[in-house]
Amino acid sequence: MADPAGPEIQRLIQLLARLPGLGPRSARRAALHLIKRRDQLMGPLADALAVANERVVSCSCCGNVDTTDPCTICRDARRDPSIIVVVEDVSDLWALERAGAVPGRYHVLGGVLSALDGIRPEDLAIPRLVERASAPDMREVILALNATVDGQTTAHYLTDALAGLPVKVTRLAHGVPVGGELDYLDEGTLSAAMRQRTTF
Amino acid sequence: MTVVVRLSLAQFRSYPSLDLEVGMPVVALAGENGAGKTNVLEAISLFTQGRGLRRAEFSDMARAGGDGTFSAALVIDGEGGEHRLGTGLSAPGEDGRALRVCRVDGAQAGSPAAFGEHIRLVWLTPDLDGLFRGSAGERRRFLDRLVLAVDGSHGARVSALERALRSRNRVLEEDAGNRAWLDAIEREVAEYGVAVAAARAETVTRLAALIAETRDETSPFPWAGLALEGEIDALVASLPAVDAEDAYRGLLAAGRSRDRAAGRTLIGPQASDLSVRHGPKDIAASLASTGEQKALLIGLVLSHARLVSAMSGLAPVVLLDEIAAHLDPRRRAALYRSLAALGGQVWMTGADPELFADMPGDASLFHVTPGRIVRQR
Ligand SMILES: [Zn+2]
Repeated sequence: MADPAGPEIQRLIQLLARLPGLGPRSARRAALHLIKRRDQLMGPLADALAVANERVVSCSCCGNVDTTDPCTICRDARRDPSIIVVVEDVSDLWALERAGAVPGRYHVLGGVLSALDGIRPEDLAIPRLVERASAPDMREVILALNATVDGQTTAHYLTDALAGLPVKVTRLAHGVPVGGELDYLDEGTLSAAMRQRTTF
Repeated sequence: MTVVVRLSLAQFRSYPSLDLEVGMPVVALAGENGAGKTNVLEAISLFTQGRGLRRAEFSDMARAGGDGTFSAALVIDGEGGEHRLGTGLSAPGEDGRALRVCRVDGAQAGSPAAFGEHIRLVWLTPDLDGLFRGSAGERRRFLDRLVLAVDGSHGARVSALERALRSRNRVLEEDAGNRAWLDAIEREVAEYGVAVAAARAETVTRLAALIAETRDETSPFPWAGLALEGEIDALVASLPAVDAEDAYRGLLAAGRSRDRAAGRTLIGPQASDLSVRHGPKDIAASLASTGEQKALLIGLVLSHARLVSAMSGLAPVVLLDEIAAHLDPRRRAALYRSLAALGGQVWMTGADPELFADMPGDASLFHVTPGRIVRQR
């Protein structure tokens, strides 16, 4: 069967199909949708993608993504500089920001330890965390990691790595369900877990 | 009493479709081997966590020649009125993965644990016949299923422990010098290990207490003496949980080079055993005759069904696959009496309809031929 569309459109569909949550069928629908709404959607989207592609950088302080380095959160003077909230991924940072629950700044680890998936301590932004937590005015490091085996193993590892420093290490309260991923929790649950954080 | 009043299947195993109206407390399915009797029990066994009484892959349950999906639905009638439960395998999504579907009263349920509010299941199948002479692993699996029937969170606990243990074994194999990483993993192993051991101990203690209370030396189903054997079980029995965790963590840290050489973690719930004794004879169950072992196992499963009933408030639906054939008429009659006293519904299978001739009055007998089930009485 011949492709109904030319190679340019085929390429668009193939790229869309690589997005999370989209398969070939929805990628075809999305491509058609974009083509039908060239002026309202495809043009602005292409521009937004080009700008993002050119300007998005990873924050050299916390690992967040933004168009400035340091990121907007790290530069925000109203945030408590003595608190760091450690998250696995930028998506968790976004979830906590949506909940508006974080008084301080973040540290994105870039994953969690997973012997079974080959993610080792040196693959994560741990030395930078220890360095930030060693700053003189630092008071608390909050480990906002998922309640999975790998997430909690990572929390134990970080607790040991930070043990020599004069900072309090806390973790989210057990309101976070086992295996629950922060990104999927509702904002009320996240705020409550943050308020009721506990020391190890 | 909770009874299944209707069972509907679509594209499940040997059944393109089936709609079975029941409602009696005792349901017997007779038919030749391979006719599809066990498939019916298997369909009911999907209304709890896990992969059913054959422990099969869901994809293998879809009828050969079908589209790869299947569904099973129950209408149950209990204290809380009628409820509709459904499960099955959906058509693969765009990522090519088919998903297990669970529905309660027409609404999507997050997991099969949701069925536990409406129905509890206990089963006995012929592959448990060798339980007492078989491997400790089979007895642990049997025990974990007993625990799961009274404590719905046990499944998550056991899988978390398995993941933590596999992680530890992997780091020991590939990166044994990384002490900080092992320390972190062993905390998780210790936390889940003690939780699993404690949950098992609680169920065994309750079950042993129930057996002691209801013990009848004249019953054809001899009472069982139960005990957990393992280093972690000894720790959990003698120390508060927090101290047991610390002690277990100490054992793990001290055993790293030994475990590394062995390629697995030698101490923990994954190395425990459920010891069963033939009570009246006071011998290990494995030393009893084959017939005595079967009777002992039936007695144990009946006691467990009573425990589930006492703890959950729901008399379980009991699935007994190919059980009557191994019992003489006296034991069969005693089984029917015990099942009636349990107050739950029972589903039984057997090749010969004569086996069910002495069933109590409130029983239905169905004749099973491939793809078809017809009521006989
Ligand atoms: Zn930043």
